[in-house]
Amino acid sequence: MRGKCWKFWDNINTDEIIPARYLNTTDTKELAAHCMEDADPDFMKKAQKGDVIVAGDNFGCGSSREHAPIAIKAAGISGVIAKSFARIFFRNAINIGLPIFESPEAAEQIQEGDEVEIDLAHAEIIDHTSKKRFRFEPFPQEMQEIIQVGGLMNFVKKRREQ
Amino acid sequence: MGMTITEKIIAAHTNLREVHPGQFVYADVDICLGNDITAPIAIEEFEKAGIEQVFDPEKIVLVPDHFTPNKDIKSAQQSKSLREFATKHALKYYFEIGRMGIEHALLPEQGVVAPGDLIIGADSHTCTYGALGAFSTGVGSTDLAACFATGKVWLKVPESIQFVFHGRARNWTSGKDLILYTIGKIGVDGALYKAMEFTGSAITHLSMDDRFAICNMAIEAGAKNGIISPDKNTTDYMQGRGEKKYVLHQSDSDCTYAKIYEFNTDEISPQVALPSLPENTKPVTDVAGIKIDQVVIGSCTNGRISDLRIAAHILKGKKRHPSIRLIIIPATQDIYKQAIKEGLIETFIEAEAVVSTPTCGPCLGGHMGILAEGERALSTTNRNFVGRMGHPKSEIYLCGPAVAATSAITGEITPPDEVAKKE
Ligand code: SF4
Repeated sequence: MRGKCWKFWDNINTDEIIPARYLNTTDTKELAAHCMEDADPDFMKKAQKGDVIVAGDNFGCGSSREHAPIAIKAAGISGVIAKSFARIFFRNAINIGLPIFESPEAAEQIQEGDEVEIDLAHAEIIDHTSKKRFRFEPFPQEMQEIIQVGGLMNFVKKRREQ
Repeated sequence: MGMTITEKIIAAHTNLREVHPGQFVYADVDICLGNDITAPIAIEEFEKAGIEQVFDPEKIVLVPDHFTPNKDIKSAQQSKSLREFATKHALKYYFEIGRMGIEHALLPEQGVVAPGDLIIGADSHTCTYGALGAFSTGVGSTDLAACFATGKVWLKVPESIQFVFHGRARNWTSGKDLILYTIGKIGVDGALYKAMEFTGSAITHLSMDDRFAICNMAIEAGAKNGIISPDKNTTDYMQGRGEKKYVLHQSDSDCTYAKIYEFNTDEISPQVALPSLPENTKPVTDVAGIKIDQVVIGSCTNGRISDLRIAAHILKGKKRHPSIRLIIIPATQDIYKQAIKEGLIETFIEAEAVVSTPTCGPCLGGHMGILAEGERALSTTNRNFVGRMGHPKSEIYLCGPAVAATSAITGEITPPDEVAKKE
């Protein structure tokens, strides 16, 4: 996973990620078109496939709308690094397979525009622009099981087959 | 070692005798809930997985309340997906408009949720039912889809924070003011991933409506759930709300809290949260005089009968200020009927309020009162994020029903004592 970073601030809420006025659809392309619109109206014009969102504390607070991680994923964002995540956003990201990483140091020190690589195997974030490396806390075993099979519904299907 | 009420309820829904914070469990769900925004995705996911049957047609609740009565064609499609799924699986709890109310006011009122239950809902304010002494938490659509199939949810047992409210809420101070005050003290991530347990003499004296308002906003501090130990108020409330058997849990005296906050309620006055986070709270007296364009009284936080009674008491014989649009939305059909019976609706209409059938409507910027650029609303809802009620350059101030009704008369944020005396 490698891409350019876009920085956001603390308490980015789900109304900023995908405003409620667009929630009358479940079409992922349509949702992606409005990704981050109320935080940065030009975000979708600037962001490229594979880019990374970097934010402060409590990313994704507010409503339970899964449209938020879906919009980010469908927009082609490869992952989100934050100081911390709001809990429903956190579970939704795990459940739909949007990679998210909690690392206060990385979130603090990475600058907008930096080229960043995420090394899952070594639980490391590498900032190729500043040449810095940051650790992130790997997920607990049980969550990794969900992530490994590609999300919660696959996990449920597998369990039913067993 | 003892357990908190939250830990006890979670343990009771697993095959474990005890659970501890940080532990990962698969818990049995008593009720799972979806609405016209979140359930369509869950239904798609469920059907994509090729599963034929839901785990239990009596434990799934679908409420089309956000964009209903359907505001446009796309919303109509979403409601239709709920209706068809409910019919196909013979769901016991599908609430068509006309019976529908805002989910978090409706489920307790109809006896669908009860003390001791473990409830998940694909809506963040599902934490409301903690006021009954239940474990209730918001999840996403995929969680809901998985629950449709299995009746289970994955949970990390949360640590608990205890909030002790000494004294008694006075004059116009309501449950809403206590929770706004609390969020102002601890911040919007002050209880991230944690259980907020509310207790103390002030809570004991609060009505169930006020307790619902408090637990409703636990998510606004980042919490997993809010909870209040059931007492006589709770069991009185449950009287006549169906035959569902329920269990009353209490925290053990030797349980562990991550933190304890103590507040003196006597010193808490009506609060207002300034744009654009619920933590920006101030006593109403500090922000008096701010001009507003629209007042909204309603939502899953403050659209209950006692909220409408407070509003009507203040608005009786008065009119909205000429520059104000006043929108009042009873949260459920039963509340609507009761308000008609008590003459509250007439008072509102005489005051030139717009009164609507139950809907979330303006609370999430859906319909029924969207804000234009630069407009300012004072609202009894629970979120004042940027763009939540309309244009990204509009503003929302949050408050309880007394401040909202008073300010509708004066056209600016006004402490209730300046217009009315508390009965
Ligand atoms: S009233 Fe507002 S906060 Fe409550 S469920 Fe509806 S949209 Fe959500």
